[in-house]
Amino acid sequence: MFKRSEQDKRPPVQIFVDGVAIAARQGDTVSAALLASSCDARRSTAVSGAPRLPYCMMGVCFDCLVTIDGVGNRQGCLVPVAEGMQVEIQKGKREIGK
Amino acid sequence: MRTDYDVAVVGGGLLGSAIAWGLGRLGKRVAVLDEGDITKRASRANFALVWVQSKGLGMPAYTIWTVQASQAWGRLASELKQQTGLDVSLQQNGGFHLTLGDDEFGQRAELVKRMHNQNGAADYKMEMLSASEVKKSLPLIGPEVSGGSYCPLDGHVNSLRTFRAFHTGFKAFGIDYFPEQPVSAISKSGGEFKLTTPKGELRAAKIVLAAGNANQTLAPMVGLSAPMGPTRGQIVVTERTMPFLPHPLTTIRQTDEGTVMIGDSKEDELDDRTLKHSISAVMTDRAQRMFPHLARLNVVRSWAGIRVMPQDGFPIYDQSETHPGAFVACCHSGVTLASNHAFEIARMVAQGALEPELVGAFSASRFGGAGTANNSGY
Amino acid sequence: MTVAPKREDYDVVVIGAGPAGLAAAAISAEAGLSTLLLDENVGPGGQVFRAISSTPVTDRNQLGADYWVGADLVQSLRASSAEVIHRATVWSLDRNLDIAVSVGGASAFVKAKRVILATGALERPFPIPGWTLPGVMTAGAAQTMLKSSALVPDGRTVIAGQGPLLWLLAAQILRLGGRIDRILDTTERGNYIAALPHAFAFLTSPYFAKGLSMMREVKAKVQVVSGVTELAAAGDLQLANVSYVASGKRETIPADLLLLHQGVVPNVNLAMAAGVEHHWDELQLCWSPVLDASGNSSVAGIAIAGDGAGIGGANAAIVRGRIAARAAVEALAPAAVAKLASMATLRADLAKAERGRVFLDTLFRPAPQFRIPSGDTIVCRCEEVTAKDVLDSVAIGATGPNQLKAYRRTGMGPCQGRLCGLTVTELMAQARAKTPQEIGYYRLRAPVKPITLAELAAVPKSEADVKAVVRG
Ligand SMILES: Cc1cc2nc3c(=O)[nH]c(=O)nc-3n(C[C@H](O)[C@H](O)[C@H](O)COP(=O)(O)OP(=O)(O)OC[C@H]3O[C@@H](n4cnc5c(N)ncnc54)[C@H](O)[C@@H]3O)c2cc1C
Ligand code: FES
Repeated sequence: MFKRSEQDKRPPVQIFVDGVAIAARQGDTVSAALLASSCDARRSTAVSGAPRLPYCMMGVCFDCLVTIDGVGNRQGCLVPVAEGMQVEIQKGKREIGK
Repeated sequence: MRTDYDVAVVGGGLLGSAIAWGLGRLGKRVAVLDEGDITKRASRANFALVWVQSKGLGMPAYTIWTVQASQAWGRLASELKQQTGLDVSLQQNGGFHLTLGDDEFGQRAELVKRMHNQNGAADYKMEMLSASEVKKSLPLIGPEVSGGSYCPLDGHVNSLRTFRAFHTGFKAFGIDYFPEQPVSAISKSGGEFKLTTPKGELRAAKIVLAAGNANQTLAPMVGLSAPMGPTRGQIVVTERTMPFLPHPLTTIRQTDEGTVMIGDSKEDELDDRTLKHSISAVMTDRAQRMFPHLARLNVVRSWAGIRVMPQDGFPIYDQSETHPGAFVACCHSGVTLASNHAFEIARMVAQGALEPELVGAFSASRFGGAGTANNSGY
Repeated sequence: MTVAPKREDYDVVVIGAGPAGLAAAAISAEAGLSTLLLDENVGPGGQVFRAISSTPVTDRNQLGADYWVGADLVQSLRASSAEVIHRATVWSLDRNLDIAVSVGGASAFVKAKRVILATGALERPFPIPGWTLPGVMTAGAAQTMLKSSALVPDGRTVIAGQGPLLWLLAAQILRLGGRIDRILDTTERGNYIAALPHAFAFLTSPYFAKGLSMMREVKAKVQVVSGVTELAAAGDLQLANVSYVASGKRETIPADLLLLHQGVVPNVNLAMAAGVEHHWDELQLCWSPVLDASGNSSVAGIAIAGDGAGIGGANAAIVRGRIAARAAVEALAPAAVAKLASMATLRADLAKAERGRVFLDTLFRPAPQFRIPSGDTIVCRCEEVTAKDVLDSVAIGATGPNQLKAYRRTGMGPCQGRLCGLTVTELMAQARAKTPQEIGYYRLRAPVKPITLAELAAVPKSEADVKAVVRG
């Protein structure tokens, strides 16, 4: 859906989405990295299970919720990526212990 | 505005709604007068337990009344479902009160003993369980839980959906709901009550005052009294999470939607606009000691509600001697007692008199002028 | 910079590091007041100057000169003694000026003599059929990705809506080599006439020339459809197409990405939770705080600057930030006031910055059908409540948003009403034939943004607090 502009010279950062490595850049938020990658980042809602992707990218809508390093329901659009970060796409309600 | 009603119910909270719905169910022509969008409304702020254990110390009649309500709730839920299609998610598979540390366990055990020793109270099988026994039902408890009390009659419900179901049911019963019409004066003449609201006057043969703490000022207009001692309660709620709590607790419950409610403080404060985070902190700290995995959940909201609380903590149901046809009803546990209000109180109002053998103990005459200490079990 | 505040008390705490907050904090600190600036984002800049000190978009022309103004603001802030904390989420502010802020997973509590709220604006909800589908985003979201990560759309992209930001975004996307297939302009035709009386002020404002050249730049490369009166997104589990009606003709086009925008509105959550009085602004169609000429709100000690005070744009935000800071200096360190620009100068600056605003507000006033949905269109994204659900609740007696919450859980999800509040107010107002002012808004409470339970549990507590909770 999105591509990177060629002038972007930021150093690469590798994160994992459901175990699969994807290439992000330093300074990306988790949501930006997901949308720039080709992975299917659709979560499903806790209410009806409907699919969603980030909507506002500014911390307002909570449609970017993801599990980051084992902690569920984090706003991906507010969290910067870090090398080796483990991201999981959430399906439905937050799981116990996550 | 129609001005001829069999009954006008003042107050559209859980109490007024249950009674009005019950009267509509009996074919009465009912009007409900209520305030508007922003008002102190315990019916929107409560913890939604249908709760029996520890209720009624000092007044056995209250225990009996509560047990009866708990037993009638299933019928209420199914009638509402049938009428409105709304499932109020009643769950009555027993509830716990958990204790942290030995002192709390000892205190709770003492209370259970006193309840059992009270003469005349219904036996509702409240018992103390050790931590390992609790763990069989609630596997996720933490190491600090020393045990707790359990009562098989306890349960909970989705109280907001119950509220909506009553109001949806109004339509089917032809009940007129008038929001934004607080009652400022009541008089009786020619065998009829006249209620003054900002939008005019409404006339009814009977009235039921169910205006929560405002009953204190409305009741004397018709020769009744309702001495109130409201308290404030704070509640914290989390985001939705997978089901983990198969039974409700006195202070933690998981709603059918998946959110976790953590309650509830009891403060003398009466301002529901500000919150004390330090109090929420005590509540959430205790919650995470009971269930350590809760620590990571996000809190999405907290709020304060003002409890409708008669001075001694027990319900008030009364009828006026000077103004026949005027009734007053107020109590704290409007969720638990909703079934009794819908079936019993409505029936008695419809027939024109409260039955002393059922609700005589709840007359405000018990206050005899002076206030009494609250020891009802909250 | 994600360490807890250094002190417990400050003269001035500024919340939000956009143009208003940056300007306010710099002035307050330069005047010698102990100043703390808190912001939820990774770096300074807010929405307009997002990623100003880290953007990978190095070609200055691509983001435009207006963007780089932000760099100077950041520089003067850094030169001042203001303490700045990023990734700091304020989750509570009350009328005693007690502030709870979450930094790095722990909460700190600070008290201020004055608070300057500079929490800015949000994009107005755009509740059309299908707006929750993956592939539908706000224009602001695309711009955020463009500024902070140099990301641009590369699938079939449709931009729909109206307002200056929409054209700016389109120009920026094109300059960075992104793809736009079509722009659907929803500006109501009648608005052009309504705005005419205000045109003179606009023609002589800085917006005019810039706006015109940007629209030319975009129209040279992208097909623009004006007069769009209906709009819907559709697809199975993912956006597949956008359909619209323009000049009475319906058309459906395939799309991978739909970017929506119909202006911005004040972000009122923190101010409302603190008890600040708001009123319904009939022109801007949103809630705005009731403020005096220095930005002081109805709560003593709380001032509001920037778009949170009513939409005025970046330049006005900067000036409003300076005005609020000057007022704080006047109150707390009168001796230092002499060095600052006079109130008269600042007010003149503000008048200049606000020139042409009424024209824009009138021209880009969103049409009713894009603000007030019907039928199965979702109103509350979090709790998935539709317009029909809201109307059903009105039919059983809901008089306002708070009773509606009880019936339907609208506004009770994690976004806390930010994406449904205005829609709910206007929808209920229409259904009940009342004004939005009469209908009112959600009562908002802390935490204004979610915090973890453990974090709340760690708040210091007294014996009395424990007594209020623990009972046999
Ligand atoms: C924090 C908290 C936790 C609780 N937890 C539980 C629980 O777990 N289980 C349980 O059973 N109960 C619980 N309750 C109690 C329950 O919510 C109340 O018992 C019930 O809502 C009381 O109903 P009510 O109709 O008397 O009062 P309210 O719901 O407050 O309604 C009173 C109504 O009267 C209206 N009114 C007031 N004055 C006038 C006037 N002059 N004219 C017209 N209308 C007027 C008001 O606007 C309001 O709508 C809790 C309450 C609180 C605050
Ligand atoms: S995308 Fe809206 S909160 Fe993250």
